[in-house]
Amino acid sequence: MIAIIDYNAGNLTSVARAVSHIGFQCIVTNNIELIGMAERIIFPGVGAAGSAMESIKRLCLDKAIKHAFATGKPMLGICLGTQIIMGHSKENDTSCLGIINGCVRAFPSDIKSRDENRLKIPHMGWNSIKSKKQHPVLSGVRENDEFYFVHGFYPDPADKEHVIATTDYGISFASIIGFDNIIATQFHPEKSGKQGITLLKNFCMWKPC
Amino acid sequence: METVLSKRIIPCLDVREGKTTKGIKFKNNVDIGDPVEMARFYYKAGADELVFYDITASYEKRDIMIDVVRRVAETIFIPFSVGGGIRNVNDMRKVLLAGAEKISVNSAAVKNPEIISKGAEAFGSQCIVLGMDVKHVKKSEKIPSGYEIVINGGRIYTGIDAMKWAIQAEKLGAGEICLNSIDADGMQNGYELKLTSLVSENVNIPVIASGGAGRPEHLCDVLTKGKADAALIASMVHYGTYTISEIKSYLDSCGVKVRKTW
Repeated sequence: MIAIIDYNAGNLTSVARAVSHIGFQCIVTNNIELIGMAERIIFPGVGAAGSAMESIKRLCLDKAIKHAFATGKPMLGICLGTQIIMGHSKENDTSCLGIINGCVRAFPSDIKSRDENRLKIPHMGWNSIKSKKQHPVLSGVRENDEFYFVHGFYPDPADKEHVIATTDYGISFASIIGFDNIIATQFHPEKSGKQGITLLKNFCMWKPC
Repeated sequence: METVLSKRIIPCLDVREGKTTKGIKFKNNVDIGDPVEMARFYYKAGADELVFYDITASYEKRDIMIDVVRRVAETIFIPFSVGGGIRNVNDMRKVLLAGAEKISVNSAAVKNPEIISKGAEAFGSQCIVLGMDVKHVKKSEKIPSGYEIVINGGRIYTGIDAMKWAIQAEKLGAGEICLNSIDADGMQNGYELKLTSLVSENVNIPVIASGGAGRPEHLCDVLTKGKADAALIASMVHYGTYTISEIKSYLDSCGVKVRKTW
């Protein structure tokens, strides 16, 4: 069973639908016991870091998530979930879970494309990733494959070894991060067509060593 | 370093009582199929996103659309938005819970702009698309841009300047604008480039151009000269005149960045 952690951060049904579509059982839950029993964890979410962390603490999910990580369960962060696992977010100046050291930063408001055109924020739409290292969850994902992003903030891990892939949008930022048994994407695999489904399927079968 | 987003190509499906139609200038709609099957078809054909407009007249029959949304969400794994008849936050919630990524508000927002801020507060700006139906009019003190917001399929002029409305909607928390030219809609003679670039240059949220697509060149024009972030298409793909793949190949050959693998 895969637990999709529900912390009042947006609509999580699309993640659950995608996981069911590829044939894995999942449950959207904030129940600590169920999270404890789950074989793997997906930690999605959209919204703002401040209110997300408030909900997480109120529901005592912070300890449950850290415990799941410490016990070696495969974990997948998505979008806001990816930012929440970092140490600190500039969004609402929020202290986060600190599973991956580093900061979550806002895109500079004046970012420009190569030809000096103003780039809109949030970064919303399809963009490609450049893999920095091989990872089993990226198996079958090709260079130039694109994924669907919606975000105004991005993770900036302190240890660059934790950057698995980057994406360019005026600046180059970490679009997939992780180490040991955690991997986290800034984009939405559940909304990224066939490539996103491939990535989710890889995660559902991933056995971190 | 490639630093721009791919331009999105978005088929638009009008749905009435659970079946897709394609309206020419909002009149003489003809049924052309099942929305779930069409969604699956366009998903596999390389659409970057889908838009559904519920044009069901009777409020009682609107729950049919919720069921359509649910079945579409189980079938495709790209973003899609739903518009038409959304009057309040509760309507929005129903559509989002059924699995849509975004909701589009149009005349309801004209009548009550607060619906934008309330929706953005409840679900986040990224969920809220402002649909704008626009007609070209004589420039005046009230309508300095020469583009006026119309509602009810273009039958009612609101006295609101399109550019001012776009800027206000962004302030209220709209995450995106779907900009439809009533003059160009259904004509297949190309998008309203002047209107599109005017709005796109004056807001900092993405603009989806709508109305007038007939040939791939039209998409190229609106995504370059028109400065649109995405282009809505309907008849040119619904009737099989072009495939999304053909449109994207053409755009790629013109140097417009599009998503090429799916």
